Amino acid sequence: MPALPFPDSVPLSWYLILSAVLFCLGIAGFVYRRNVITVFMSIELMLNAVNLTFITFSYKLKHIDGHIFAFFVMVVAAAEAAVGLAIILTVFKNRHTLLIDEVNTLKW
Amino acid sequence: MNLWLIPAFPLLGFLLNGLFGRRFSKPLINLIAVGSVMLSFLWVLKTLNGLYPIEQPHLEHYFTWIQSGSLNISVDFGVDRLTAVFLLIVTGVGLLIHTYAMGYMEHEGGYYRFFAYLNLFMFFMLTLVLAHNYLLLFVGWEGVGLCSYLLIGFYFLEKFATDAGNKAFIVNRIGDFGFSLGAFLIFKQFGSLDFTQVFEGANKMPVENSFGLMTGICLLLLLGATGKSAQIPLYVWLPDAMAGPTPVSALIHAATMVTAGVYMVARSSALFLHAPIAMDTVAVIGLATAFLAATIGLTQFDIKKVFAYSTVSQLGYMFLGCGVGAFSAGIFHVMTHAFFKALLFLGAGAVIHGLSGEQDLRKMGGLAKYMPITCATLAAASLAIAGVPFLSGAASKDLILEAAYQHAPWMYWVAVFTAGLTAFYVWRAWFMAFTGEYRGKKQDEHADAGHGHGGHGHGQPHESPFVMTGPLIALALLSLGGGFLSVTKWLEPMFALHEEAVPFMIRLMPAVMAFGGIFLAFVFYYLKPGLADSFAGAFGGLYRLVFDKYRIDEFYNAVVVEPVIQGSRTVLWKGVDAGGIDGAVNGLGRLSRGTGSILRLMQSGSIRAYAAWVVFGSVLVILAIGVAGGLR
Repeated sequence: MPALPFPDSVPLSWYLILSAVLFCLGIAGFVYRRNVITVFMSIELMLNAVNLTFITFSYKLKHIDGHIFAFFVMVVAAAEAAVGLAIILTVFKNRHTLLIDEVNTLKW
Repeated sequence: MNLWLIPAFPLLGFLLNGLFGRRFSKPLINLIAVGSVMLSFLWVLKTLNGLYPIEQPHLEHYFTWIQSGSLNISVDFGVDRLTAVFLLIVTGVGLLIHTYAMGYMEHEGGYYRFFAYLNLFMFFMLTLVLAHNYLLLFVGWEGVGLCSYLLIGFYFLEKFATDAGNKAFIVNRIGDFGFSLGAFLIFKQFGSLDFTQVFEGANKMPVENSFGLMTGICLLLLLGATGKSAQIPLYVWLPDAMAGPTPVSALIHAATMVTAGVYMVARSSALFLHAPIAMDTVAVIGLATAFLAATIGLTQFDIKKVFAYSTVSQLGYMFLGCGVGAFSAGIFHVMTHAFFKALLFLGAGAVIHGLSGEQDLRKMGGLAKYMPITCATLAAASLAIAGVPFLSGAASKDLILEAAYQHAPWMYWVAVFTAGLTAFYVWRAWFMAFTGEYRGKKQDEHADAGHGHGGHGHGQPHESPFVMTGPLIALALLSLGGGFLSVTKWLEPMFALHEEAVPFMIRLMPAVMAFGGIFLAFVFYYLKPGLADSFAGAFGGLYRLVFDKYRIDEFYNAVVVEPVIQGSRTVLWKGVDAGGIDGAVNGLGRLSRGTGSILRLMQSGSIRAYAAWVVFGSVLVILAIGVAGGLR
């Protein structure tokens, strides 16, 4: 991996703080929003926050593992999106609702 | 020589009849059952003819059965002179009894089942005598026990029959426990269970004059033998075993299976000869059993019970013979006993058959004119067992008595007195059954005839068909002349017989006792039939005690059975099982249900609640890591 200059003006901690903020936003959306699509988007947000952390460290430590992991996460996210959206579609077809509180038959 | 064919024929018969017999016709079942035994008998003859004279044991190795460490057990069959005698007895007498059973079981239900079991018995018995190591012998030993159980409980709708079957099985377990322990000790001592190796090892050992390992082995084997051969203290099952059909009593509980103990002791003579204490125990047990059973036999009224106690008593003689070192005399007595006792039972069966199930001597009488052949053959057997000179019983019994005299005179006197008792009780049965007036009810008013004989519809006692009288006649000839087959000479190479001269008086006494016993029975039950009852009255207490078989059963019940049942009930069932095991299992169940009832509160079914839990958990984990100061 070629040595790239790490911009001094932007310290490492900023990236991590941004990542943490994004992650917390994801958690908040995941827990508080009632629309299932939004919940789903919050999960994507959390995944990308983690990706950002990976990339940051990878860049800082000049180590390729972080990049690879970020790709893995993307693959998983893509797969998850496919499956998740399919589930949401089916739920909507059957129940005509996207409100997560109304999908509460996990405990019968 | 393909020894395996000998037991294989009856096994095949068992498989055919047992699996498909329900659909077979009676002639076909007969053909398979009797034919298989016939083939087996012929193969025995051919084999023995080919091997004659069997100077060295002929061994056949088939395959290694168990190979584990130093334990190496093969399926080996061997024939030596001892085995040859037993093979002939088992297949020969077995063939006659199978033939007889065709007639006897004619009107019984479960015809195919009966013959399947009988063939299975033949298979196991032949395995027992052919086996060339203790484990294979044990297989046969257990197998005949199984068949005995099945056949005693043949009339399984009757409670007393199933009870008797259970009793036989359980009492035999005690003996078999001893046998297994003995076999373990043999393996520990000699590193093998193979007869050749064990006996070679034993012959190198010194004779043990105090209680040691060899004595222990022999006493444990003896415990096994007392179970199978109905000796004190385990004889109690045999009289009850008469609940089975009479051919079974003749074949299994008189002629063959019960002699397995004698066979085993004789087979292990190399071990026993090195343990004089065990030998004396064998002799004393045999003598005590002979005497005790003979006295009980004096008082019984059930014709089969009389002969059952007689069997116990005669087995006692065989043990006495082995115990005093006259193994060949004991084996000789096994053979002659097989002839006359099988005949006694088959004759009793013919009587019972002719009377549609009546077994009580008090309800017989005067049967001589109804069933002359049965009467005559039973007389032959009774003469033989009583010990009338030159007949088979006398030939073998006298050898045992003489050997006992050389060993210890007091044993001789007890045994001779018992011989007198023997003569008395068999002739008592004979006179009661065949002379005097017929005391039973006429058949037409005899509604509740047992054992399904009821369908006969004969007006009075009748002679049996030829399939039954034929074997009776053959066995009668053997009983009369069997004494001239000199088994002792044949077995000379294996068991030396010390034939020292004994005083003429000693030779004469058994004959005197035999005639005396017969004469007394003649007086008591023919000339003055009332005399016996007045005697019984005069010795009221003693008579009751003997009539109740010394209350041994009651004694065992109180001392062994009840404590076991009570202990099982209170300690094992209520304490260990219900309290301990069930308590632990139920406690585990209650514990998980309790924790579950708390944990299930967390399962709300709402996805957002779950998500909140996930977040909460993650925070907790991160906090914990933080408090611990990082992962490293």
